[in-house]
Amino acid sequence: MSELIQFIFSGLTNGAIYALIALGFTIVYNATEVINFAQGEFVMLGAMFMATFCALGLPIPLAFFLSVGIVALIGIIMERLAIYPARHASHITLIIITIGLSILIKGVAMFAWGKDPLSVPSFLGDTPIHLLGATIVPQKILVLIATLICVLLMELFFRKTMVGKAMRASAVNRLAARLVGIKVEPLVLLAFALSAATSAVAGVVISPITFATYDMGTLLGLKGFSAAVLGGLTSGLGAVVGGFVLGLLEAFAAGFISSAYKDAAAFVILILVLLLKPEGLFGKGATKKL
Amino acid sequence: MKKFLLSFILVSFLLVSTSVWAGKPYKIGALFSITGPTSFIGEPERNTLVMLVDEVNKAGGINGHPVELVVYDTEGEETNAVKKVTKLIVQDRVLAIIGPSRTGTTLAVVPFVERYKVPLISCAAGIKIVEPVKPWVFKTAQSDRLAVKKIYEYCQANGIKKVAIITVSNGFGQSGREELKSLAKEYGIEIVADELFGPKDTDMTPQLTRIRSKNPDAVICWGTNPGPAIVAKNMKQLGMKQQLFMSHGVASKKFIELAGDAAEGIILPAGKILVADQLPDDDPQKKLLLDYIARYKARFGKEPSAFGGHAYDAFLLLKAALEKAGADRAKIREALENLRGIVGIHGIFNMSPTDHNGLDEKTAFVLIRIQNGDWQLIK
Repeated sequence: MSELIQFIFSGLTNGAIYALIALGFTIVYNATEVINFAQGEFVMLGAMFMATFCALGLPIPLAFFLSVGIVALIGIIMERLAIYPARHASHITLIIITIGLSILIKGVAMFAWGKDPLSVPSFLGDTPIHLLGATIVPQKILVLIATLICVLLMELFFRKTMVGKAMRASAVNRLAARLVGIKVEPLVLLAFALSAATSAVAGVVISPITFATYDMGTLLGLKGFSAAVLGGLTSGLGAVVGGFVLGLLEAFAAGFISSAYKDAAAFVILILVLLLKPEGLFGKGATKKL
Repeated sequence: MKKFLLSFILVSFLLVSTSVWAGKPYKIGALFSITGPTSFIGEPERNTLVMLVDEVNKAGGINGHPVELVVYDTEGEETNAVKKVTKLIVQDRVLAIIGPSRTGTTLAVVPFVERYKVPLISCAAGIKIVEPVKPWVFKTAQSDRLAVKKIYEYCQANGIKKVAIITVSNGFGQSGREELKSLAKEYGIEIVADELFGPKDTDMTPQLTRIRSKNPDAVICWGTNPGPAIVAKNMKQLGMKQQLFMSHGVASKKFIELAGDAAEGIILPAGKILVADQLPDDDPQKKLLLDYIARYKARFGKEPSAFGGHAYDAFLLLKAALEKAGADRAKIREALENLRGIVGIHGIFNMSPTDHNGLDEKTAFVLIRIQNGDWQLIK
C-alpha cells in the first residue's frame, strides 16, 4: 500500500511538471496553431536563471520572479525576432523555426553556463515529510502547489478578463475576432510570454530536485508535448489532465513493470493517441480551424 | 582549421626546439578529444602529454634521441578518429600512438593499427579494447571490472550479502551492470534487485521503492552526473538506511556539490590521484602522484584530473618500451607486452601477452568515503 502511494507521489510531481509544460504548448497553439518545440528550453532557462540567481545569493522569492520574468521576456523576443517576421509562412515552416530556436537556445545555454549540472537549494529544506506511509520532500509538494496556482491563474485569466476572452475568441476564429475589433498580433505576443512564463515556473520549481543542466529541456519538452497531445492540444484543462495521467503512468510503469520501460510509456501513449483519437481526450476536433 | 594550425604550430615548435640534437627523433603520435562534448577527457590528456614530452626532451631525450610529438584532435568522433589515425600512420609515420580518449573512438581505430602494425596505447576504459587481446593494442585506464571487484571486496569483508543495483541506461551504466552481475557469484553476493534509470531522469523514487521492498543490505548505483546525485537524494527522502555505493563515474567534487547532505557516507572506488595526500607514505605511487599534481598545477594553473593520469601512464609505458626497443614498431610492441612493475598514476602496470591493461584491483583503485563534503580514504 505504501508503495502504491509512493508511486502516486512520484507520478504526481512529475505529472505536474508535464502539465505546466503542456499548458505552455496549448497557449501558443491556441494563439498561432504553431507547436512550439522550443517549449522545453524555457523550462531549462527557468532552471538555469534560478541556479544563477541563487548562486548570487538572492532571496528565493526574488530569484523566482526574476527568473520567470526574464524567461517571459525571452519568449517575447523570440516571437518578435523569429515567429512574427515569418507569420505568413505555413505552419510547418513555423514549427521548423521553433525547432531551430530550441537548438539555438540549448547551444547558447551550453556556452553561457557550461556542461556541468548546477545545483539549486531546496526552497523549504530537505527534511522528508511522512504521509500515509510514504515520504515526500517539501519541494515536491511545492511543485504541485505551483502547478495548481498556475493552472488556476490561467483559467481565471482566460475566463474572466477581457484580454483572456479576446485570446480565446481569436483562437476559435481569428478572422471573426478581427472583424469585431480584436487586434490579434499583440495577443500572439502575450501568448508567447505566458507560455514561456509557465514553463519557466516549471523549470524553477523542479531545479532543486533535478538540478539545472543545459540539455534538460529537450526530453521534458517532448514529455510535455505528449501530455498536450493526450489532452487534445487546444484544451488547457486537457493539457493538465494529460500531464498528470502521463506522470502517473510513467511512475507505475517504472514501479510495477520495469524501470527500463519508463520512458517508453510516454511515447507509446503519444503514438496510440495519434493513431486512435487524434483530437486527444479533450480536443474539440481538427475541423474547427480555418 | 584552427586545430590543424594548432597541431602544426605544436609540431614545428617541437621540431625547432629539438633540431639541435644529434639523435634522430623518436616520432610518436597522439589522438585526443581535445574539443567536442568529451573535451573534458581529452584536454587534460593532451596537456599532460605535452608537458611530459617537454620534460623528457629537456632532460636529454630517450637514449639520446629527442621525442617528437604529433597531436591530433578527434573531437570525440569515430569518423574523425579514423581519418586522423590514418594520417598519423601513413603521413607522419609515427612509431607508436597514444590515445584515443574514448572507448568508441579507440575501437574505431583498432582495425587500422592492427593492419599497419603500429602499437596503440589507449587512454579509454572500455574492457572491449583489450578483451580479447589484440597484439598491437594496449590501454592504461582501469577497467570497470576492477572498480566492481573493489566494491565487492569491501562487501565481502563487511558482511554485505544482498545488494540491489541501479544503473543508468547508457554505455557506462550498462558496462558496470554486466560486471556487477557477472562477478557477484565469485564474491558470494546475491543481487536482489536490478533497476535502471535514464540519463535524463529526474525522479528515481519508483525504482528505489521497489528496491526498498526487497530489503537489500546495500545499494550500488552506476552512473555519471547528475543521475546518481538524484538517486542519493531520493534514498534519503525515502528514509533508506542501506549503505550506498557509487561508481568511479562520479568521483568528482561536482557530485558532492549536487548531492549535498545526501552524499555523506557514500562509498566509491576512485583512482589514487583523488586522495594522493592521504595515501600512506610507503605507497609506491604517492611520490609520483604528488609530483605530477604539482608539476601540472605549475604549468597549467589547475588541478590535473584522473583523465590526465591515463595519458601520463601511457607515456610512461611507451618511454620504457622505447628505451628497450629503439625505433622499431615490432620491438616496441614486444617491449610493451613484457613491461613489469611500472609504477604509474593509476596503478602498477604488469603487462603480459594475455593482459594488455596490466592493472589489478589492488593498486588501480582505492575506496573512498564522502565525509564532511570531502574524500576520505578508507583504511
